[in-house]
Amino acid sequence: MKKNKFSGIYAALMLLFLYAPIMVLIVFSFNSEKGYSWKGFSLKWYKELFSNELIMESFMNTLIVALIASVVATVLGALAAIGVHSMKNKMAKGLIKNVTNFPLINPEIVTGISLMLLFAATRMNVGDGWATLIIAHITFCVPSVFLSILPKLRQINVSLYEAAMDLGCSPAKAFQKVVIPEIMPGIVTGFLMAFTYSLDDFVISFFTAGKLQTLPITIYSMVRKRVSPEINALSTLLFVVVLAVLLFTNIRDIRKENEREKKRAARR
Amino acid sequence: MKFKKILSCFIALLLFSCIFSTAVSAEEEYAYDMEYYSRFKGQNITLYVYNWGEYISDGGDDSLDVVKEFETLTGINVEYTTFDSNESLYAKLKNGGAGYDVIIPSDYMISRLAEEGMLQKLDYSNIPNFEKYVDEEFKNPEYDPANEYSVPYMWGTVGIIYNTKYVDEADVTGWELLWNEKYAGKILMFDNSRDAFAIALKKLGYSMNTNNTDEIREAAEELGAQADVIQAYVMDQIFDKMVEENAYIAPYYAGDYLTMSEDNEDLAFFIPDEGTNLFTDAMCIPATSVNREAAEMFINFMCEPSISAANSDMIWYSTPISAAKPLMDEELASSEIAYPDEELLANMERYVNLSDEAKQLMDELWITIVRSNELTPSFWITVAIICAAALALVFRNMYVKKKRLEARKKY
Repeated sequence: MKKNKFSGIYAALMLLFLYAPIMVLIVFSFNSEKGYSWKGFSLKWYKELFSNELIMESFMNTLIVALIASVVATVLGALAAIGVHSMKNKMAKGLIKNVTNFPLINPEIVTGISLMLLFAATRMNVGDGWATLIIAHITFCVPSVFLSILPKLRQINVSLYEAAMDLGCSPAKAFQKVVIPEIMPGIVTGFLMAFTYSLDDFVISFFTAGKLQTLPITIYSMVRKRVSPEINALSTLLFVVVLAVLLFTNIRDIRKENEREKKRAARR
Repeated sequence: MKFKKILSCFIALLLFSCIFSTAVSAEEEYAYDMEYYSRFKGQNITLYVYNWGEYISDGGDDSLDVVKEFETLTGINVEYTTFDSNESLYAKLKNGGAGYDVIIPSDYMISRLAEEGMLQKLDYSNIPNFEKYVDEEFKNPEYDPANEYSVPYMWGTVGIIYNTKYVDEADVTGWELLWNEKYAGKILMFDNSRDAFAIALKKLGYSMNTNNTDEIREAAEELGAQADVIQAYVMDQIFDKMVEENAYIAPYYAGDYLTMSEDNEDLAFFIPDEGTNLFTDAMCIPATSVNREAAEMFINFMCEPSISAANSDMIWYSTPISAAKPLMDEELASSEIAYPDEELLANMERYVNLSDEAKQLMDELWITIVRSNELTPSFWITVAIICAAALALVFRNMYVKKKRLEARKKY
């Protein structure tokens, strides 16, 4: 019992440590003035956020880039993982696995600058920045997808796949019916990881975005004056949306689990 | 019931039309030259404008949305984006962020860009408001001596902001206030080499535009000595630190002092007698722009007194267009801090582009000043820890392997 109390306090402290900054941000998004002293409650910054074209537009840009980049990266990463997993040559396999990690372990600034140089050398940087930015984001999103799918592939029971073929599936059909569902959790995690990486990337975008402006770049450009509380409002909204989605999926999962238990109990 | 609904609809409509009519009358209050501004209507032109962050009246706080106003007036579509510093603007232009039509760098960056052939010469016959409204003292500035490339947007000065509650008036003598040990740990400093060196050079009585390496080295020593009393090297954090009284003394821009003093009345601003920096941010057209005439129209629009007044009201910096003063916040227009008298102005210096050698030396010295105190020892400690950890790992692996081999041999 005593032990439990301690672990409860520990967990509470941990959560406080993790969420205190977000709480401060949320509280100050309702402040009626700029700055970090409380002047009174107001929804002013929310109203202004939606009328601020620069912030809204850069937020849209960020979302579009993140969506395209993470979808493409998920497809590429999944194919790569499946291909590498079935490679016979162990040396080559290890080599490719390590090489794929480079964009992850490389300092972002190195990736950013080298991509910028590449785009300059190939004259790709003359457009408005969509192409270069999306390519750059795909580059650093692929490894995270690759790495989250590979372990799932290792867990697959090969007999299942063979059984499917015994029962009359073509290899493609067996792949679709057995392998894809088995690695689906990996694909989903990989996609979400890629999406969040892309969403909050600043350094690489800064060097490759051309004339396009993503939200992190907009925020950074406010440093000479002062970061506007509209950003707090936007972050609060994002936080609430993500929280809602998480709660929704978790509750749904718990319900499903409960139903399954019930069924199982009924069968007995 | 139905009647009530109709009535409420009617009232809503009435309210709407009220709002609408006031908007229209506000527009009528100031007449634009429609013949000039409608030249590009219906041609589907897009202008790429690159400005400092938070540096325009954007419709927040019921202000005028300048970009939107321009779009409805001229039919030109504006893609408005923002940068954080002259240096990142330069990097963007240099590394192929081609295709901006209007950029708003500061003085020294304009001379650098012009020297490197990255700006287009302006056709001032397309910018009638330059001749008409821009004050004489802002024409032909040092950074653009023949006034071929730029039209001033905003200007301001650098001074010391201090908190009268904590700082003794007797100590407020000059730049040396930023070196005063009495306030050690409560002083902030610019986190960029140019502004920091300018202060040190002025304190020593040199020009802030010196290319003399001895003078720069001397200034670096001065800044190195200052590091002990500095709480932090910051830029935008100055706002909150000063308002919340975490720090008492900081150098910053006059316009930003005015915003800060709104939140904390104890803050005061002074310009040291040794002289200070007078900065101008001016509008230019990069050499790569293909829409020069439309860009010139945008620049001309920004010089309309009503527009300049709206921008100035928003960002609190000083406008080079005196005709805008009657149209803006009275307090701001009459502020001696925003518009210092001529005697003070005569003592101020504008930045010009330094020689490459001086620039590089400054940057190198600056890094050692900002980093030397804290980072060098901890850097070596970190390296040592990492090396030790790697070695430990290697030994552990060797030990484990050996153990395994021994165990195998036993069987």
